Amino acid sequence: MNGATILDVRGVSKSFGALKALTGVDLLIQGAGLHGLIGPNGSGKSTLLKVIAGAHSVDSGSIAFKGRDITKATPYQRARAGISLKFQTPQVLPLLPVYDNILLAFQARERPWALMRSISRRTMHQDVMAALERFHLADRADRLAGELSHGEQQWLEIATALACKPRLLLLDEPTGGMSPAERRVTGRLLQAIKSDCALLIVEHDLDFVREICDLITVLNEGHVLGTGTVAEVQDLPNLKEVYTARV
Amino acid sequence: MKGRLVTRDPTSGICVLARVEIATFFVLLSMPFLLWSRPELITLATNVLILSMLAISFDLCWGYSGVMSFGQALFFGAAGYLVAIVGRDLGFSSIWGSLPLAMLAGLCLSFLFAAILLFDRIKPTTIFVALGTLTGSYAAERLVSGWQYVGAGNGLSSIRLLRIGPIEMVEGIPFYCLALMLFSLCYFGCRVLVRSQFGLVLAAIRQNEEKLPFIGYCVQVYKAVAFLLAGVIAGVAGMLFAYHQGFVGPGNVGPSLSTAAVLYCLLGGPGTLIGPVLGTAVVEVASYFLADIDTIRQIWPLLLGLMLLIIVVFRPNGLLGFIVSDRERIGSYGRGGSKQVRTTT
Repeated sequence: MNGATILDVRGVSKSFGALKALTGVDLLIQGAGLHGLIGPNGSGKSTLLKVIAGAHSVDSGSIAFKGRDITKATPYQRARAGISLKFQTPQVLPLLPVYDNILLAFQARERPWALMRSISRRTMHQDVMAALERFHLADRADRLAGELSHGEQQWLEIATALACKPRLLLLDEPTGGMSPAERRVTGRLLQAIKSDCALLIVEHDLDFVREICDLITVLNEGHVLGTGTVAEVQDLPNLKEVYTARV
Repeated sequence: MKGRLVTRDPTSGICVLARVEIATFFVLLSMPFLLWSRPELITLATNVLILSMLAISFDLCWGYSGVMSFGQALFFGAAGYLVAIVGRDLGFSSIWGSLPLAMLAGLCLSFLFAAILLFDRIKPTTIFVALGTLTGSYAAERLVSGWQYVGAGNGLSSIRLLRIGPIEMVEGIPFYCLALMLFSLCYFGCRVLVRSQFGLVLAAIRQNEEKLPFIGYCVQVYKAVAFLLAGVIAGVAGMLFAYHQGFVGPGNVGPSLSTAAVLYCLLGGPGTLIGPVLGTAVVEVASYFLADIDTIRQIWPLLLGLMLLIIVVFRPNGLLGFIVSDRERIGSYGRGGSKQVRTTT
């Protein structure tokens, strides 16, 4: 992938007590496209996403987003800057309608005073419905988000993250708990999104990653084993110890 | 593009809460006609209205934005003291000056507390905010109890009558009508707020506060705004209380009244606005009539405490929780209250 640098993670380390989750991790994302993050359980994939989104602070290293250092920025500031995170387990608002879950994300950039007057509710309607249709949720707009199936909640979560109009979308296991049919649909949805923004995807389904990702980074025990296209990653010497038969 | 109709979930039942509100306002409006020959009951009804505003202010904090304020009485009593002092020292008791003063007192004090408790570098916990506001309320009570300028333990009595132009608002139906007007303004202002897009953010905060920063919300700002508005409403209530009673004392700023506001709200049903009004009415009316029975009067605080404990443990949605579903209480924000919505496919 070529283009302007979106994300530049340099030498990031993160420990939880004695456990070293990330050690000197470097990651570069340039231009739009799908960037996969793979590795065995406990390799630090989700931690890296959370560190980028600001859910965890770094112990050392730096994170730059669109050329600006965001290492010390709060999650709110990073989201405003254009980084959206879909959590590993769906974090939909279960007692609010599906429609309102999306509206909440669309109106996030409005000032509190404007929200008090509800001046953008009507103008955002088309955008909200378009987002719901894109993720096959339009006919469930008035259902409570908690009543959706797990796969639909995953879609709602991705739609919510995308409604924030991010430049970088972080997806932690977007197909977790989905049926094969839902995975295929999700793959198509993500392919369609990648022209709008860069995506960094953590995924255990390696076939899924191989199908949709342009670049892949392999993590193992908090270290980056290597980054490259599917073909390049398959040739990584260290990878054979981790994923010999699977990639 | 073809349009089609999507019907709302038939179980959503939008109208129960609205019906309770209409019935309550009908009763409040009919009070002067029903009780015109019972001035003592009009006084009780006025007290219920004023304390309901205090309870609503707590509901805005806890029921809607998750800020556990055990110090609402501080804003209430401070506004009461301020208008009493201005009346005593400057001979001024016009509503056009007293009302903004009371609002300003509530706003400034709540701003101070919000700055200290909500915008700390470390994310404040519910317990931290509860203890902070409780401490503030207690400290204020101790302060006024020992300060001669504000009457010390005796408080300030013989407060001048509130005036609207040349008219003096005496206790009884005139004051009730004024209190009802200000109560209605506060209530409908809050109603519009909690059903606005701002209210959607508050509803989201109640359900998953951790998620909101990741979609671009500074949660503390929204909590602080709700807390400030609650401070203003408590200030208005405090002003009305001081003029209505003709007295303001240390008890009006202390933890006892703050806890009463918590009880009113939790009993009626937090996060409903009308629930705290009903909770206030139940507690105050029961207190009024049971006060004549010596045995009950002695153990009344104990009964109230037990009631609070039972509600918190067994019925966190309060009395309204029996008839109002969670879905209706939380509401939907995107497309108003229409039964059917048009979507495109």
